[in-house]
Amino acid sequence: MDEEKIQFCRGGGCTAKLGAGVLARILEKLPRGPVDERLLVGYDSRDDAAVYQLSEELAIVQTLDFFPPMVADPYVFGQVAAANALSDVYAMGGEVRTALNIVCFPEQMDLNVLGAILQGGSEKVIEAGGILAGGHSIADTEVKYGLSVTGTVHPARIYPNNGGKPGDCLILTKRLGVGIICTADRVGEASGEAMAEAIASMTTLNQAASRISRSYTVHACTDITGYGFLGHLHEMLDGRLRCKIDAGRVPVFQEALAYADEFLLTAAGQRNRNFVGGGVVFQNVPFAMEEVLFDPQTSGGLLFAVPEEQAEAFVRELREAGLPAAEVGKITGMRGEVQTVSEEEIDGRLPEIVVEGQV
Amino acid sequence: MVYMEEKEQKLVQVNAMGDPCPIPVVKTKQAIRGLTEPGRVAVLVDNEIAVQNLTKMAVQKGYPVTSGQVREREYRVIMRISSEHLERQMPGERMPAAMPAPDECKCSPDGAGTVVVISSEQMGGGSEELGKILMKSFLFALSKQEVLPETVLFYNGGAKMTCEGSPVLEDLQELAEQGVEILTCGTCLDFYGLKDKLRVGGVTNMYAIAEKMTRAGRLVRP
Repeated sequence: MDEEKIQFCRGGGCTAKLGAGVLARILEKLPRGPVDERLLVGYDSRDDAAVYQLSEELAIVQTLDFFPPMVADPYVFGQVAAANALSDVYAMGGEVRTALNIVCFPEQMDLNVLGAILQGGSEKVIEAGGILAGGHSIADTEVKYGLSVTGTVHPARIYPNNGGKPGDCLILTKRLGVGIICTADRVGEASGEAMAEAIASMTTLNQAASRISRSYTVHACTDITGYGFLGHLHEMLDGRLRCKIDAGRVPVFQEALAYADEFLLTAAGQRNRNFVGGGVVFQNVPFAMEEVLFDPQTSGGLLFAVPEEQAEAFVRELREAGLPAAEVGKITGMRGEVQTVSEEEIDGRLPEIVVEGQV
Repeated sequence: MVYMEEKEQKLVQVNAMGDPCPIPVVKTKQAIRGLTEPGRVAVLVDNEIAVQNLTKMAVQKGYPVTSGQVREREYRVIMRISSEHLERQMPGERMPAAMPAPDECKCSPDGAGTVVVISSEQMGGGSEELGKILMKSFLFALSKQEVLPETVLFYNGGAKMTCEGSPVLEDLQELAEQGVEILTCGTCLDFYGLKDKLRVGGVTNMYAIAEKMTRAGRLVRP
């Protein structure tokens, strides 16, 4: 093996995330302490980052993210890990201010590898307009890297991840399938082109998408990471809303579909299926597409809920900025709401998410 | 004569203990590609998610599949690969990933190790007429279970159930198609003069019957 390459861990990137179901049970039991009204977004809302109000016009956004490598090149890994950590600030509608490195690194490993990781990370922080202000490193058996990020946002312009309204259009800004492509790469079955595309996507900051969105009415926004498209969509629907996804319009990497057909699937993808699969009804959706919709994404795109009348212009502007954005579906109504037209009723119940394929 | 040619189906073991996904699937695909004749592939894994990913593959590929927990952190997934499956995986002819129809998903999550014993044409003691009706409806109900047994053994009067003229041949055929092993006692077929009338499953001997019954995780005797 090339000495400049890093060992893969059991599951790199966002596939290394703990399952949502397991985590929720632990978090529920934690003591909360006194309520502080200035905490605008905390972990009550399962949101992407915490937001704390400092003044009438200023709130800080705090987030951190780190994980084991999902690509063998340390410089690329640094870029991807940083883009992924910075993304949470963009999902809240904020701008990046400072970042701190989080590093786990084996003592006996070549320090040039660490240098390359930090180089990649630092470049992304600079691209985001932030300052890399320090960090913390510990000796560990496996490489892990990420950032603790502080951003700012106007308190009145925070994007909740669960504020969608019936009638809203759902817009996704990156292709899905990077988890499956990296997994295929790990067992030597991904093409060089597929990996290059996945890396280009994972190292793209969500900054442009977030900035463009500020000219529109964003009811909800989240970034697609470890819980996959359907897992994060499920969180956006907040137990209140129902939606319909048009599978044919969801931007995906074609190679990811091919590798899913070869069953090069992650454990995390199956955990996502177990977590949200019960609320999802697939109609004429091929198996591979189902898998891509559950695929954990590392540094995935933003998912927005915006009013229908703004969707077309928003997507156009995102695409003009070079993003593979698309309108992928609609919030169709509230859950439990009585339907006059029963087209969506399946086996006597209203599913949370209907994914339609080609008829 | 069918049962004289009877031989154990080839069983290929795949050890994927400690392997993260998708390695268990990759190893299993290699094992299936290596098959030169129909057989079973038994994969050992150490977590349930791997079982689910292997089961998804089997369902998509149309391999009958059963799985069960052997002990703590040890699960076994068994896929049955038929000659049609082997023909279909000739180079360049990869199966399209079709959606499984809902009733194709009768892969049993934990029916592995369950053995059902049918030792009579009747279910329970009492009226013979009622006993036969009950047995017929039991085998029908068994074929519709979400969790299927691994094996159904037929001996003594039960041997007639797998032979020509049995009222449950279709149900047994359905079980067999879903990967359930159907075995009838050869001595019994001989005794009743049915050795040319067997219509479903294979023939077995008392050694195998004793082994299946003593090793069964659960023995069901209606």
